[in-house]
Amino acid sequence: MSSISVLKAREKQIFTKGEEAPFEMSCDTKSLAGAVSQRACVFCGSRVVLYPIADALHLIHGPIGCASYTWDIRGALSSGPQLHRMSFSTDLSETDIIYGGEQKLQQALLELIDQYTPKAAFIYCTCIVGIIGDDVDAVCRQVEEETGIPVIPVHSEGFKGTKKDGYRAACDALFNLIRRNPAPAPLPRSINILGEFNIGGETWIIKKYYEAMGINVVSVITGDGRVDEVMQAGNAALNVVQCSGSVTHLAQKMEEEYGIPFIRVSYFGIEDTSDALYRVAEFFKDSPRIMEKTRDLVKNEVNKVIPYLETVKKDLEGKKAALYVGGAFKAFSLIKALKTIGMEVILAGSQTGTREDYEILKEMCNQGTVILDDANPLELAKYVMEKDADLFIGGVKERPIAYKLGIGFCDHNHERKIPLVGFEGMENFAREVHETVTSPVWDLVPRRAAKKSSPPAGKEKAYDTP
Amino acid sequence: MTPHRPDKNSPDSNRHDKPYTATQNACKMCTPLGAALAFQGIERCVPLLHGSQGCSTYMRRYLISHFKEPVDIASSNFTEETAVFGGGANLKLAVENVARQYSPDMIGIATTCLSETIGDDVPMILSELRNNFKGPALVHVSTPSYTGTHMDGFHQAVAAVVDRFNPAHKKAPYKPKKKKCINLFPGMLSNSDIRHLKEIFAAFGIPVSILPDYSDRLEGPSWQEYQAIQEGGTPISAIKKMDMGTHSLELGSVLALSAEKGFSSAGALLAQRFQVPCTRLPIPMGVKASDRFFEALSEITGKPVPKRYQKQKWRLVDAYVDGNKYVSRKRAVIYGEEDFVVSMAGFLAEIGIIPVLCASGGRSGYFKQALAEHLPETVLPHVIIQDDMDFARMEKTARALSPDLVVGNSKGYAMARRLSVPLVRVGFPIHDRIGGARILHIGYKGAQQLYDTIVNTLLRTRQTASEVGYSYM
Ligand code: SF4
Ligand code: SF4
Repeated sequence: MSSISVLKAREKQIFTKGEEAPFEMSCDTKSLAGAVSQRACVFCGSRVVLYPIADALHLIHGPIGCASYTWDIRGALSSGPQLHRMSFSTDLSETDIIYGGEQKLQQALLELIDQYTPKAAFIYCTCIVGIIGDDVDAVCRQVEEETGIPVIPVHSEGFKGTKKDGYRAACDALFNLIRRNPAPAPLPRSINILGEFNIGGETWIIKKYYEAMGINVVSVITGDGRVDEVMQAGNAALNVVQCSGSVTHLAQKMEEEYGIPFIRVSYFGIEDTSDALYRVAEFFKDSPRIMEKTRDLVKNEVNKVIPYLETVKKDLEGKKAALYVGGAFKAFSLIKALKTIGMEVILAGSQTGTREDYEILKEMCNQGTVILDDANPLELAKYVMEKDADLFIGGVKERPIAYKLGIGFCDHNHERKIPLVGFEGMENFAREVHETVTSPVWDLVPRRAAKKSSPPAGKEKAYDTP
Repeated sequence: MTPHRPDKNSPDSNRHDKPYTATQNACKMCTPLGAALAFQGIERCVPLLHGSQGCSTYMRRYLISHFKEPVDIASSNFTEETAVFGGGANLKLAVENVARQYSPDMIGIATTCLSETIGDDVPMILSELRNNFKGPALVHVSTPSYTGTHMDGFHQAVAAVVDRFNPAHKKAPYKPKKKKCINLFPGMLSNSDIRHLKEIFAAFGIPVSILPDYSDRLEGPSWQEYQAIQEGGTPISAIKKMDMGTHSLELGSVLALSAEKGFSSAGALLAQRFQVPCTRLPIPMGVKASDRFFEALSEITGKPVPKRYQKQKWRLVDAYVDGNKYVSRKRAVIYGEEDFVVSMAGFLAEIGIIPVLCASGGRSGYFKQALAEHLPETVLPHVIIQDDMDFARMEKTARALSPDLVVGNSKGYAMARRLSVPLVRVGFPIHDRIGGARILHIGYKGAQQLYDTIVNTLLRTRQTASEVGYSYM
């Protein structure tokens, strides 16, 4: 096998467990120029978080591309309005770039608000807007005054940081809404669900569990989101945060301002879902019935899915998986979920992990597992080939890498259409993994066919350049 | 057939008729995407976008979802400081890193809105870089998105590549032109279209250089080993010989008009600098346009049209006859790239379908004229032509026209669904089906496939709507 080199400047973002080198994962940095990063931009981070708010107007201020490429690409479902699935852009032209886009923005806003009567409007500032210096805040204030709905700027210029900074900008925008509730009054046994985006209806699954436990869900901030609900969020007693990378900033602000504590959970896999529900029950231990109900719920649900998981486990036992996901927190759950169905993780990477995340990852992984921050297609290919993965879990940009190399693939990003959370989500996940890993097509793929006759290649050394 | 689902947010719930300012569901992509695609069609070339990270990632995933293939596009990854102090250092570092990781023969550099707006002098940065850099050829194309659409980026990139390897001062080596060789600039066609063109030229027995040609690279086999750059694409050596071509052929009616009005298309450049004659034709969709195409080839090469194409043509016309009743006087909405829509409208008109609405997000300014020249006089008065169009406005116009079918890329699905008419998927992008890049649109063979698809779609609609459910139509 020909060697794939790793850029010197990226070596610190790659770690193999069991190596002598001290663990000093470099992360949270901008992507290297010229590297084909799998990451997007600040705007992407903001759009991801705010996307599911279905009765708000999402207007992208800038030239057309940013809006064009993000039109209706996410699997976030709404039980009512579908306004979030439209793609609105000020589609700046050359004259706007020269003379400024404020007027166009204002006019576009007024027209769109008139046409669609949204409950609020989010205005995403993209790269160019930051450069030409439009005073978007002023336009927003003016339109808000004129229309009477919240009009909120989201400062998400692509070059001003990483996707994570986009999450932060989105959290600020959400907090802007929450703050408009003048006198929040805490409700008993109540929570907000944060960082749950209702991909394929996931929010509905989670909500159902909490309802069965006797817990009031005040708001799922962004899952099947509504402006009014977000504005009620200050009334909850506890924030339950999933996908912590994206919304921790909001949870922190709510803790500071309203004294609402938060816990970090995950709903991927049986283990983490149960753990999440138990921890919420534990928080409300003053109402003892809640824990009782939770135990019943978990027992019931686990019993429902176990038989299926056992059947697929027979086929998947000992197979190897590679993960490359947005936030590292998701990787923790996936590692456990894969273990449930007998699979082992040989590569785990994320676009936006933090140092602590990678520490935890390292603890969880087996010897020899490769840990990657902000990888590119070449590196991903290098390690899945070296480690001989049977399954790759990632998003659209990772899929063709896996397929070209004859490796099964499971979508685990915002574009998927199947819910993967909770107990039934675990069943969907296992089914998807099983279907792809056991597909007979891999026997025909040249790399696989060839490997049957030759032993796997050894590890290549990092390529040293001046 | 798709059921009608009323949706309170659908654009037809418009309460006002006045034109609006925002673009709602764009029917276009941005300029660098077209450039990146064109660069993918050059052998051992890696596209690099000079600007922020996001643009290149979004374009990658957009192309990946259509082609279902790896599409690597590097970025110079602007940071806040870069945006303020200029992108020179980033671009140089990016070029070096791409060269190191991919060892390409060429890096195709397209600027994004950002680097254009801050006014980076890319040619200067690159010439500085070239002084102490032994590496791949660097080709730059200026593609601010606020001045055009992905189609403009595509054509400009093709022209930039030809310009770079065939500079005006280039002295043609003294070599008598032995053999005819044709330069073909097909525009943004599907992989299958490009393959079909290659097959046609082979049948004529004439060497051809097709630029760009991503048909192998964006639809290759599974890999035995990792390929940093997939095989395929127009070899740079072939591009360098374009000045010695005996003829250039450019496809696209709007492109032809822009070239007439001064756009330095690839063909125009070669004609101007090296006197390579250039013929411009509409994209050959349908019998009439394919006739023109084959006649032109025959004329240029001095060879008769190979028998198999004659046969394909007469079989096609026979099929037109068999299905005439099912399509005649049906009403279609067509949208997509301007050149594509012009040719598609011509094809539909020749089988008896009225292209009641021809829409494009493009804004070349020549769309109307191109359609007027391409459509029969009897059909033209029934056609509404809208450029600089988005799907929200398109849907509104379309609804009033009660079409029988919608023809275009998969971005019109939501519109077709709300209009309760079937969508025949053609062009780019196809994000909701597999095989979008394998759709054949051109030549008699392409027309045959489109014709069968369209007739069968209409038959299925009739069958589904029938209370009896005839199984014999
Ligand atoms: S900034 Fe320009 S180049 Fe980048 S995605 Fe937006 S429109 Fe396209
Ligand atoms: S980097 Fe800037 S221009 Fe590009 S997609 Fe992100 S916000 Fe838009």
